[in-house]
Amino acid sequence: MKHVTIILAGFVSLLLSLYLVSNYEGVYLQRPLWLTLVPVMLVGAWFSMVQLTILADNVTSKLAERFIGVMVPALFAFVLLVLWQLTVTGFSVPKVLLPAPSTILTTFVTHIDVLSKDFAQTWLKAVLVGWIIGCASGFIVALLIDGSPFLQKGFLPVGNIMSSIPIVGIAPIMVMWFGFDWQSKAAVVVIMTFFPMLVNTLAGLQARDSLHLDVLQTYACKRHQVLWYVQLPAALPFIFNALKVNSTLALIGAIVAEFFGTPIVGMGFRISTEVGRMNMDMVWATILVAALAGSISYGALALLESKLTFWHPSRRSK
Amino acid sequence: MKRLTHPLSIDSLKNSQPAALLLVLIALTILWYLAAFWLNSDLLIKGYERRGMTWDVSRLISDAYSMKRPLLPTPDQIGYELYKSIFETKISSKRSLVYHSGITLSSTLLGFLLGAFLGIVLAIGIVHSRTLERSLMPWVITSQTIPILAIAPMIIVVLGAMNFTGILPKAIISMYLSFFPVTIGMVKGLRAPDTLHMELLATYSASPEQTFRKLRWPSAMPYLFASLKIAIAASLVGAIVGELPTGAQGGLGSRLLSGSYYGQTIQIWSALVVAAILGSVLVALVGYFEKRVNRRMGITG
Repeated sequence: MKHVTIILAGFVSLLLSLYLVSNYEGVYLQRPLWLTLVPVMLVGAWFSMVQLTILADNVTSKLAERFIGVMVPALFAFVLLVLWQLTVTGFSVPKVLLPAPSTILTTFVTHIDVLSKDFAQTWLKAVLVGWIIGCASGFIVALLIDGSPFLQKGFLPVGNIMSSIPIVGIAPIMVMWFGFDWQSKAAVVVIMTFFPMLVNTLAGLQARDSLHLDVLQTYACKRHQVLWYVQLPAALPFIFNALKVNSTLALIGAIVAEFFGTPIVGMGFRISTEVGRMNMDMVWATILVAALAGSISYGALALLESKLTFWHPSRRSK
Repeated sequence: MKRLTHPLSIDSLKNSQPAALLLVLIALTILWYLAAFWLNSDLLIKGYERRGMTWDVSRLISDAYSMKRPLLPTPDQIGYELYKSIFETKISSKRSLVYHSGITLSSTLLGFLLGAFLGIVLAIGIVHSRTLERSLMPWVITSQTIPILAIAPMIIVVLGAMNFTGILPKAIISMYLSFFPVTIGMVKGLRAPDTLHMELLATYSASPEQTFRKLRWPSAMPYLFASLKIAIAASLVGAIVGELPTGAQGGLGSRLLSGSYYGQTIQIWSALVVAAILGSVLVALVGYFEKRVNRRMGITG
């Protein structure tokens, strides 16, 4: 009963805070007393998250557990957003420094046409093409090297070193070589995604069970059959790991490369010009697009992974 | 029976790591020279034709390898530039790469320390509280799918406009990049102890704090160092990208940008090489500390 009261008090103070802030901008500057609502809200939110967690651990239905599993982090994010909104409007922080979430959302909705053109230029062209070429070539080179321990010994250290250095730095060089349009960005993405894929695929192809190899040997299997039936399935978790890491790297590479020169469309271009014009809400709306694109592609790959590697020991144990 | 091989026979060469690495490196160098010739000759031929000069292949080759602003400089040009800007210029000079590396290094290390600290604190919280695990963990993972690195330069410009300059803004970006591997690694590491050991401590009625100090923390060490290696490399990337817009303030990133503005490809490449060396040295340094800690804990190998 005690917890319910705390949660209710937190909920009420949350609504009250939002109401206050949306009606009187800079309310905390004039009447600092209203700030006391914020800790109440935080404590209430924390207790409701604790209660939800306990509920999730004790609930029997799988669907309900999954639903609560989504609810807890959603609540967490919501409270953070509310805090952000309260801070920005309550203290009337200048829009140049940090726009409120509501402003960003409005800009996102009203400028959706510009943003979608930028998205098409940066993501559908540079990121997608570069990601596919980079991952495919890394995969193919790994397959070729896998047969020869000698080449492996030579390439693995190079690959490891390349993954510890800031490859983003080649962006200006690629812009010089391939021009201002999306081809140069795709080139940066190819180079950034190549090495993680190479190193991971090599590690994955080595992760096969020697017992399985012996079985295939007794069946007199050919090399490509060993590859198809044992090595590739064993390598799948590693390959997906690289694909997921690369999906984020690719977006970063394409946007950074656009800072060095681009036609008048693209997410990196939008960010750099709107910063110059101090239109921070547009910058944040572009960041929102980037965040959505990054999370959705990562999530889609994770989903595909769980569909393809459900049999793998690392998944079954869960 | 094991076949005896002479130390320098073909077989032993085939199995030696340095030989393989050397061969790959030689092949890459040859490829580099060929690519430099191929990329630069186009530009040169156009230049010859414009000036109506007669040219032959040997002239083309020697020119392609000694251009002032080549599309792709050769390794020896980069090596000479490195030598010039590291040993022949004073360290305090703006042309010295040591000076710029120092700036990058300071924000890298600060960001790395902040990130490692934040990562460990988050991991401790996540391991000890189910609620934190359920609410925070999904966002820790989501945070890395957001291409923050791409907007990092802009954050620094804005913070700079608010008179918030120096190494701290860059360090914050490094921190954002480096906390993630530490959190993930440490959550795994702090959960690594055997159930048997945990139960033993429970029978001693050890407090969570004692369990943490005597069991969880020591058994997390291998995970900590593995993730610190990733974190320090990521931190360097963050620092360099953060320096891109701060041209005047120095740092390897600003060398990249000014090189790209003025078409100084040799300058870009030498900054890249220094960044690569810096990255490998930092990772090696973490590896050195890992070895020392392992030795003190009695773990060999």
